[in-house]
Order: sequence, then structure tokens, then C-alpha cells
Amino acid sequence: MTLPLSTPPAAPETISRRGVLLAAAGLGAVGMAAAACSEQESAASKSTQIVLLPATDAVADFKLSIPAGAIDDLKTRLAMTRWPDKETVGDWSEGVPLEKMKALADYWRSTYDMHRLEERLNGFPQFRTQIDGLGIHFLHVKAKHPSAVPMIMTHGWPGSVVEFLKVLRPLTDPTAHGGKADEAFHVVAPSLPGFGFSDKPAERGWGLPRIATAWAVLMKRLGYGSYVAQGGDWGAGVTTWMAKQHVEGLKAIHLNLPILFPPPLQGEPTPEEKAALGQLVAFGDTGNAYARIQGTRPETLGFSLADTPVGQAAWIYEKLVTWADPKDAPGLSNDEMLDNIMVYWLTNSGASSARLYFESFTTDFSRQELDIPVAVTVFPGEAYKPPKVWGERTYSKLVYWNETGQGGHFAAFEQPDLFVAELRKSLARFR
Amino acid sequence: MDKLSCDSPLNAAEKRTEVPPTHNSRREFLRAAAASSGLAILSGECVSEAARASTDKVAELVLPPATKAVTPFKVRVPEAALDDLKRRLAMTRWPNKETVGDWSQGVPLQKAQMLVAYWRDKYDWRRFEARINAFPQYRTQIDGVGIHFIHVRSPQQNAMPIILTHGWPGSVVEFMEVIGPLSDPTRYGGSAEDAFHVVVPSLPGFAFSDKPVETGWEVNRIARAWATLMARLGYERWVAQGGDWGAGVTHALAHQRPRGLIAAHVNWQFVFPEKLPANPTPVERKAIDRATLFLNDQSGYFREQGTRPQTIGYPLADSAAGQALWIYEKFQSWTDNHGNPEDELSVDAMLDDISLYWFTDTAASSARIYWENTRAGMAGFSGGRIELPMAASVFPHEIFCPPKAWAEALWPNLFYWNEVDKGGHFAAFEQPKIFTEELRKAFRSRRG
Repeated sequence: MTLPLSTPPAAPETISRRGVLLAAAGLGAVGMAAAACSEQESAASKSTQIVLLPATDAVADFKLSIPAGAIDDLKTRLAMTRWPDKETVGDWSEGVPLEKMKALADYWRSTYDMHRLEERLNGFPQFRTQIDGLGIHFLHVKAKHPSAVPMIMTHGWPGSVVEFLKVLRPLTDPTAHGGKADEAFHVVAPSLPGFGFSDKPAERGWGLPRIATAWAVLMKRLGYGSYVAQGGDWGAGVTTWMAKQHVEGLKAIHLNLPILFPPPLQGEPTPEEKAALGQLVAFGDTGNAYARIQGTRPETLGFSLADTPVGQAAWIYEKLVTWADPKDAPGLSNDEMLDNIMVYWLTNSGASSARLYFESFTTDFSRQELDIPVAVTVFPGEAYKPPKVWGERTYSKLVYWNETGQGGHFAAFEQPDLFVAELRKSLARFR
Repeated sequence: MDKLSCDSPLNAAEKRTEVPPTHNSRREFLRAAAASSGLAILSGECVSEAARASTDKVAELVLPPATKAVTPFKVRVPEAALDDLKRRLAMTRWPNKETVGDWSQGVPLQKAQMLVAYWRDKYDWRRFEARINAFPQYRTQIDGVGIHFIHVRSPQQNAMPIILTHGWPGSVVEFMEVIGPLSDPTRYGGSAEDAFHVVVPSLPGFAFSDKPVETGWEVNRIARAWATLMARLGYERWVAQGGDWGAGVTHALAHQRPRGLIAAHVNWQFVFPEKLPANPTPVERKAIDRATLFLNDQSGYFREQGTRPQTIGYPLADSAAGQALWIYEKFQSWTDNHGNPEDELSVDAMLDDISLYWFTDTAASSARIYWENTRAGMAGFSGGRIELPMAASVFPHEIFCPPKAWAEALWPNLFYWNEVDKGGHFAAFEQPKIFTEELRKAFRSRRG
């Protein structure tokens, strides 16, 4: 990991870490304060950032431990927030309204339990292991039922493993959560490269095909010879590529955002097809700018996201609100959204997560015909609802297609019960 | 190629299927595509106490309310804002390094760190303040918004009044080197007959102009405000000039032909034909290719600002480094350089412009010009037919350089066209001498 406050060699007189930290603490001008606080400063200098131990081929236990210095630094930055002027509209059409953003930032600073994420994540077994040169973080929850189906679940952007926290117990322990023993899964939920507590790639090449291959290595390393895979957003892309590559042991997949674009049209589109096409056009017109900037200039955008917690939060919050099912107001709680935002802020992964768009958005995240069993659940609040016929034309073994009554882009996060029921209905049979 | 396209799978979907052709006309597609704080309190908790103290002192720049009178204005950024900036720069948290060896992911980390170190340790805002305050500046309220402008009257009584409009991420800073030579040519090797009375406003939402609190400030409304400004200053026969959004405003003025406007000059020409040529000439091909590159690879900022200016405003308002690099990237990408923006512009000059955005907290309000014009359908590469006498200078490193034939097809009264050999998107900023000479030559025939 690099120092959070590293500076260029051009200005050696200013690069002492301590000097910078003192300035950062607002105490640079006060010499006596520097002496008085130096011990604390020195401790803080080691702990404003989460340090990930180097991963090896072994599967090593991982616990999240948020350094006190990182929380102090976050609170300092939140308290110093400088705000833009108010939007000129009465809705979200310019992005997150100022009042909403201030409310979330206030909640984050004064009410949110800064150790909540730690407690929630550490409630599950977590590990890191090195695959293809990169340390990969993952949750791994085994069912007590020996016949459980192993399943790898992949999040997307701006999500994280936090999206899955509410479904892990029901999936792995169905009998305690309204299900049957033969609906149990062993669940593996990795953090994408550049996301969360996985390493940040230092070189190009970590697009969907490479991630898909790494996931297969992971499942094999965990001893799973036969398994299923699930994903939405980028997770759907990874899952699709696993299927396309016919990775060893993969029996079936479930997608909550099937990669059915460009659409497989045949002849004059039906009204239902026209509606879905309209959604694609609308998304291209007004909804995908975040993807365009992340896909072309992730580093430039990354400078701001790395430096301001409110900026990073806004960048994610907009999507958590506008991509969730609007019928489900109030939707995700502040606590839940901040758990997810904390994953990005604490790991300083605004730029590294954006780079997945640079690697894959215009190349790998494209329509793929698949010939292994595919199950699809369409959540109605999703910005894009492809008709079933497109699935039939693209997936030669479409084994399941259902549209739920509720839920949006963050299916497991928004509607954990429905999400679990869908997986039980569609994938539990692949044992 | 019969269609400019964006490479996103979603746009690709639309293109391949030819179905609901919401954007099947060249112009609509182009439009859519382009839419594309003081001392801390000492305590045991060094960090958090400092933070609390900082919230109490907001280092804000407060503009005096504007009226319909033309009121003199001086720039004076409070010392607390300078301290606040230094503190923020010192605590910059950096992302990890880009995974490429060039600028293709944006500003390389090392270049970014050098710029920020210079801004923090060497840059002198007070020097800039003295420089801008050496020009007569004013604010006046037009259409409800206080407009800041520099106004330098020529010593030559018969000088031609000109209004120069900047764009994004530019500002009045771009024109500071040309104001003297344009207004007082005899002091700068020119002749008295080429003199201009120079008016350089800050766009609404930019620098020391007010930030609009309501929607509607697209280029047509700004153009109407500019006509009001020129009338208020007593000018009855004047010309207009602009690049980037300033070119957008200037094209809009040319369409409106307000009383007194006799001609216009643009250093970016929105003359893309409605229907692209089936067999483009090499020059046409180059313009199409450059525009396509812009749409595919360079317009992420445009689309974000055009659709979510408020969301991108949060990180830019709060991170000085973030704001600086959001702009600095464009100085690299759009100036005529050999790989580094410093080849063409001095670091101080770039930081003058960047600091202006920072101290006025105008990231979101300036980004809204993209949102407004995208909505108004004014963000395309074709400005349509213009009857007003038009002049143009083409700078070779402009985002795209249209051929003269395209301008002739849309501007029946094109009276000056010149392709210069140096300079890019920030023409006046990069090449003030060439820019000055171009305006002198272009408008010579319109005098008298």
C-alpha cells in the first residue's frame, strides 16, 4: 500500500510525512502544538489507512480492522466539507440534491456507527488469497448441509460484498430462514479486483475475462468441483464470462441483469421490445455519463473521489437511490448505504474501481450467447428490462425467467427475501 | 462512415438495430452524443478539534449584490480562503497510480502531485489578484443575474467595441494577455485603426458572475444578456468573439442579430453539415475523425456535466486537488503541446484559471452550462445557418477543425477565414499574439 499522503520528488522539503500530517491536522502553523502532539501524530501516520497484508497462494483469514486514525481522518474531512451551490431544479435531474447530500453527510459524521461495517463484515468468515498476482478478498460461508450447492456471487459498481450481507444466512442456512435443507448454498462472495479489500491492479488487463478466470481458480482452490455463479451489474458481466469460458465445474448461472445488449432483434420489434429499446436509448442519453467518465478518465475522476468523502459518497449515493426501485421508498437505509460507501472510502478505491470501466465497458461488457443453463430474474426497478424472448434468443439453455414485483438494480441489497427465493427456485436444483 | 457513433454497448445497440430512431438525424445524434478556515484549537485530540474549528470559519468569497448600475469591482479573496486551500492541498489523499504509461486514464499521478505541490508551495494568488485588478472590472445585474466583466476602453475614440466570451474550463484569465494589445494597439506594435474597446464578461455561474439559482441559462439567454450588456455600456455598433462555450454564445448572438451587432468571429466553428458527406475529402475526414475521437474518448466530462452537474459538483467543490486536475487534464488534451501542457501554458497561468474556479466554488455552477445546453439542444456541432457576417480563425490543435467549405455552406456572409499554424482550443491563452493579429485582420473590413 502506498502512503496516503505521498508527494512527488519535486518538493523534498515538503514531503516529510510528519510535516504533511501536521499540516493536515491544521496545526502546521503552531510549533508548540507540533511538539505536544508529535507522539499522537506519529501513531496516526501509521494508521489513517487500512493496510492489507500481502496475499499468498494460501487462503488466509481476514478481519476488517478500521484504524482509529482512519476514522479521525474521515471525521476531519467530513467536518471540513465545502459545498457547491444548490441545484437549480426540484428533483434529482442534476444529480444528488444539496439538501439530501448534506443530510447524508451529517448522518455519516454524527450518527453513523463508524464500526458498524467492521462488525457486520467480521460476522462472516473472510479470507484473502493471491490469484494471478492479485490478492482477492472474499466472504466464504459454508452451509451445514453436505449437499449444499456451492455458489460464487459477484457484486458490481458501485456495490460491494455489503450488498450480499443480508442474504448470506438465508442462503447458507435455509432451514432457519423459511427454506428447506435442499435449498442450501455454500456461498463465496469475492470483492472485485480494485474494489474493497481486494488488491488494486497495478497493470492493465483486469477486464471481465481475466476476472472470470480468477474466480474459477478461486472456486477450485476452495475445493469446489461443481458450482453455480450469480451476479448483477459487473457481477453479471463476470458471471457471463465464466459461462462463456466454460470454466471447469460451472454448472449454471443466475443473472439479475442479463447482458442482453445489444438486443437480439428479429424483425419488427414488439411493443415490449420497443419499451426495452427505449430504456437503452434513455440510459445512453442521460444515464451513463458516470460510465463514460470512468471508462475514459478514471484517474482524473479518481483524484477527487480519493480526496473527499462527501464527493465519493455523492458519486455512489446517486446510483444507490436512482437505480433502486422507486416504489420501495424509503428504500435502503442510510446505515446500509454508508456501509457500502465506507468500503469505497476506507480502501480509497474510487479510481481503481472506475478502472474496470476503462478495461471492460466497451469491450467485454457486451452481448454474449451462452450455452450452459442460465436463469434470469428481472427486478422491475432496474433501468433496463429486457423481454424474455431476448433471453431465449441468446441463451440456448434458458432454464428460468421470472419478473418479481419489487426490487431494482441492487436486488440482493434491496429485496433480500425475494432475491433468496429466486435463487432457491432457480439454482438450488443444480446439485 | 455515415454516422458518428459512441462505442458504448448501449449506443451501439441503438445503432445496429436502427430501432426507435430517436436520434436518426445527424444533428440530433450529435447533440445527444455530445450531451454529450484559521488556527486550530489546541487540545488532546489534535485532529478532530482542528476539524471542528474549521467548520466554524467558512472561507467563503462573498460577492456584493449587483444592481442595474455598472458597479466597479475588485477581486479580494480573504486570507482565510488562502489558508484553507493550503491546508486542503497539504492533506490531499491520492488515488493509486494509473495503470498506463501515458495520459489515457487522465492526469498521471506524478504530474498531478507536481502540480498540487507547486500550487501549495510556489503559486502566488496575490500576484494574480494584482494583475486582474489592474484591469477595470465591474458587475451589473442583467436578467436577474449579476454579471462580472472586464471593460477596457481604448484610447482611440473610434475603436470597435468587442465582446470576448470564454468557455469551460476557461475564464476571463484566457484573455488577459490580449486585452492590452487589442485595446491599445499602438503600445503593442499595432496601428491605431485596429483598436478595440474590449468587454470580457464571466459567464453566468463562472468566476465572479452570480450563480443562477433557476434553470434556463443556455447560450441563447446568455447571448441576450450580452446584447443587454453592450447596450448598457452605450455601444451601438459592435462585434462579438468566442471559443468553446464562448463560441456557443457567439453563434447564438449571430443568430439573434441583436441591435448593434455587425459581425462575429469564432475560434471554434460549429459548422458540421446536417448530413455528412458520403465521400469525405481528406480534410473532412480529419474533422469527422477528430469529432468522433472527442465523442468516443474525450467527452466523459461533457456527458457528466451535461447530465449530473450537481453530483460531480460535490467532489470538485470539496477537493482542491480534484478541481485542479479536472481542469488541468483539459490543458493537456486541448492545447498545442508536445505531451505536456507546460509546453504551451505556464504553470502559473494554468493555476490562475484553476484558482479562479476554486476560490469561487463554481465547479457545479459552471458544469450546469452543459446541462442547460444539452437540454436546450444547443450542445451539438452544427450551429445551423447564420446570416450575420462571420469570421473564423482555425487553430490547428482545436478539438476538430472544420473545412472552410462547411462554413461557406452555412454562413453565406463568411468574410474572413484563416487557418493559423500554432495553437489549440484555448487560442487567446495559448497564442495571444496570433489571436490578437487574427482579430485585427478579421475585423479590418468591418470598420468605418
